Amino acid sequence: MTTDHTTLDRFTERLDDFDVSHTLTTPDGVPDAIEAVTDLPAVGVELPDSLGRLPESVETDPSPSDLEAAVTGVTAATLGIADYGSLVLPSTPDGAEPASLYPDRHVAVVAAADVVPGMSEALARLGDRFRADGGDAIVATGPSATADMGALVKGAHGPKAVHAVVVRP
Amino acid sequence: MTASDRRSKADRIRHVLEAEGDAVAANTQGFNAGRYESVADLEAYEDLKSEARAIKKDAIERLPELIDELEAAVEANGGTVYIADDAADANAYVREVVADRDADRVVKSKSMTSEEIELNEALAADCDVVETDLGEWVLQLAEEAPSHIVAPAIHKSREAIADLFNERFDPDEELETAEELTMFAREKLGEQIADADVGVTGANFLTADSGTMALVTSEGNARKTVAATDTHVAVAGVEKVIPSVEELAPFVELIGRSGTGQDITSYVSLLTPPVDSPTLDFQSDETGPAADRDFHLVLIDNGRLAMREDDQLRETLYCIRCSACSNSCANFQQVGGHAFGGETYSGGIATGWEAGIEGLDTAAEFNDLCTGCTRCVNACPVEIDIPWINTVVRDRVNLGEDAELDWLVDGLTPDEEPAGLDPQKRLFGNFATLAKLGSATAPLSNWLADTGVSRRLMERFVGIDRRRDLPAFASETFRQWADGRPTVADPEREVVLFPDLYTNHVQVERGKAAVRALEALDVAVRVPDVPASGRAPLSQGMIETARRHAEAVADGLLDHVEAGRDVVVIEPSDHALFQREYERLLDADRYRALADDSYELFEYVYGLLANGASGDALASGDGRRLAYHSHCQQRTLGVERYTEAVLDDLGFDVVTSDVECCGMAGSFGYKQEYYDVSVAVGEELTAQFTADGVEDRAVVASGTSCLDQLDDLLERPSKHPIELVAPTARAERVSGD
Ligand code: SF4
Repeated sequence: MTTDHTTLDRFTERLDDFDVSHTLTTPDGVPDAIEAVTDLPAVGVELPDSLGRLPESVETDPSPSDLEAAVTGVTAATLGIADYGSLVLPSTPDGAEPASLYPDRHVAVVAAADVVPGMSEALARLGDRFRADGGDAIVATGPSATADMGALVKGAHGPKAVHAVVVRP
Repeated sequence: MTASDRRSKADRIRHVLEAEGDAVAANTQGFNAGRYESVADLEAYEDLKSEARAIKKDAIERLPELIDELEAAVEANGGTVYIADDAADANAYVREVVADRDADRVVKSKSMTSEEIELNEALAADCDVVETDLGEWVLQLAEEAPSHIVAPAIHKSREAIADLFNERFDPDEELETAEELTMFAREKLGEQIADADVGVTGANFLTADSGTMALVTSEGNARKTVAATDTHVAVAGVEKVIPSVEELAPFVELIGRSGTGQDITSYVSLLTPPVDSPTLDFQSDETGPAADRDFHLVLIDNGRLAMREDDQLRETLYCIRCSACSNSCANFQQVGGHAFGGETYSGGIATGWEAGIEGLDTAAEFNDLCTGCTRCVNACPVEIDIPWINTVVRDRVNLGEDAELDWLVDGLTPDEEPAGLDPQKRLFGNFATLAKLGSATAPLSNWLADTGVSRRLMERFVGIDRRRDLPAFASETFRQWADGRPTVADPEREVVLFPDLYTNHVQVERGKAAVRALEALDVAVRVPDVPASGRAPLSQGMIETARRHAEAVADGLLDHVEAGRDVVVIEPSDHALFQREYERLLDADRYRALADDSYELFEYVYGLLANGASGDALASGDGRRLAYHSHCQQRTLGVERYTEAVLDDLGFDVVTSDVECCGMAGSFGYKQEYYDVSVAVGEELTAQFTADGVEDRAVVASGTSCLDQLDDLLERPSKHPIELVAPTARAERVSGD
């Protein structure tokens, strides 16, 4: 599956709109790209092989107190949604969901080939998966936010900042 | 309603206006502006709305079957489904789950359905219940009820929240900014979530095919509520079920845009619980296997299945609780959900929810705050006719009420509506009778109506606020003036100009101007002998009376339509009635025939000019500066642009208001209990018309109500725009020019 140029452009534009910074890189460049936006301590989950590997500084299999102490969390996103600049975050037994949720900064690694144009395409992919074996996905767009305290504030219960590492072959 | 009921209602509303009005207005108007901006960027907006509606319609039709399918899917995933008949049943089940788990603390993400069943109160005896949505938490601390279905604490200012936190927690450094307040709350709530045992969420949607739930949030508290607790309980109304995961798409695209004006909220959690994340035990600092997780879905009927059988209330179940009908509502923008709401729900659609769940009495408390302006209609992502639901419920309230007959009003208005109908509603609903009498006895009727004694009586017996100017009835009606008057011989086209109640009895000048303008464009004009449209009784919820009017109007106009004459309507609320509500009142063919061939006055003039008629015959604008307020219902139909285009073409320099409604809304602004809301809404409009660069512009407005409101609140006079456009002596134009 390839993603054409315009879908990827739209995706990165929309990431900007929602205050998500990004790096475009190859699998080999992934550890450096992550390192460049990581403040320590950092937690994360192993990336699928096709997305490269985590830098050494990112601790996997974090305990609850590691999650609370971490400044950065690094996880893979299963999809990107171009129209919304959304990152689709799975819940996995090795703890991708808490690693993407607790630290102040979330770094999401996504394959350019997994960026789909819109919401319907994303849900078509998820539908098959959910029907076959359940599964969870957070469609995450920008940092967590609230306006409940009288003005818009980023970082309500979730991350205050999000960075996307977009991986091209 | 008795005079003292009215006064106490007026007092209550005034109190809410004073205490909460500014914060509510700033927030809801911000959301509303955001909605316009966000949907403008969505190319397929209209198609997505229709798609969303079709999905909901199908789902509600097939609801029993979908519930079975959902139940099977959730159980196959390892969860449990409980279908609760009512609130008590649902609460008893959740209490059991909490007891089995031996839970000391339950954390909750925001859920209106849990508010509806009063789950917190039901659990309070057994454990600590903590709301984790920041707005809900503020309300929990302050012991207040939500004022908005999406942003529950919009009635509280930042300062009020700071005072609350500082007083309650006495932090080392006083909290002040939104950032400080948010970070403080995040930390406090983070601690509470960490050692909670059970997490309760709502569900915005449930998909029957996979047992997946969608939660639409921004803060991330729902994510934490699920991730940090081993036992997840989701409470949701049965109407939340849709067939498939794919069908979530239009809702995900529409819900944030329609509500708070965000293209999408930060998080749309799509969970097929029990979720696959490891369990987190913050006390022992250990993680455990996902298999230890437990999930309960509590599906709640609580009146919904009966609503499904109710032809008029059924559409309420399509509602996805986006809040567009609150934010786009001029009255809601002033008072918020504490006045415009029932036990749980607020805003326009709350009438349907509260009538179905709590009963008519609860709906009756606030239902009159819907004036039928229709500004929510195009905003609703599932295309619910919210004003119609309000009208139907009002009718049912009327029929159910057995107030004592009032001799004064009953004498005035012989009518077949139920004997117990509220005298105020009876008076306004039968305005046609009153207007006829008023014209027949003018000017005596006007002098009488203006005396202090009769104003006091009117306030006392029918609740007409004495601060309002009453309409002055013309002694020669528009129809009398037009009767036997020669019109254009050998015309291009022929029209029947509908003599609406106000043009006929009160605003006779705009009728005459309309005739002159049409004739100048080579159109022959007849003013037929037809009764009033039925708008007045319909506003009061008197549907049967309105239906009789509609039938008689159709009888009177359709012969003309068949003879090739077009129907032209001056009063926008009557034009809208022909286009919208008559569909509910007439059989389909008659409705279509009339709707297809009736035009708002300026829509018709625009058509004539576009088809080659010469504008030279009309008065030219010569750059004259105008401030124009179009009518709410005109804008819902999208026909206000014709007035703007014609004025523009003729050389007027026009600025237009962008408030949703003038606040007068027929009889609404005359009613003692609503006078203050009406004026608060009207002041938003007059603020625009007294702003720099606008304050010296001549004021024009299309609707009778808008003109009444502007006349009451502005120092300078206002007119219907046709009076500027019709060929006439200069002296007749807007004074001061
Ligand atoms: S009725 Fe429509 S506009 Fe109102 S809350 Fe429900 S979905 Fe939104």
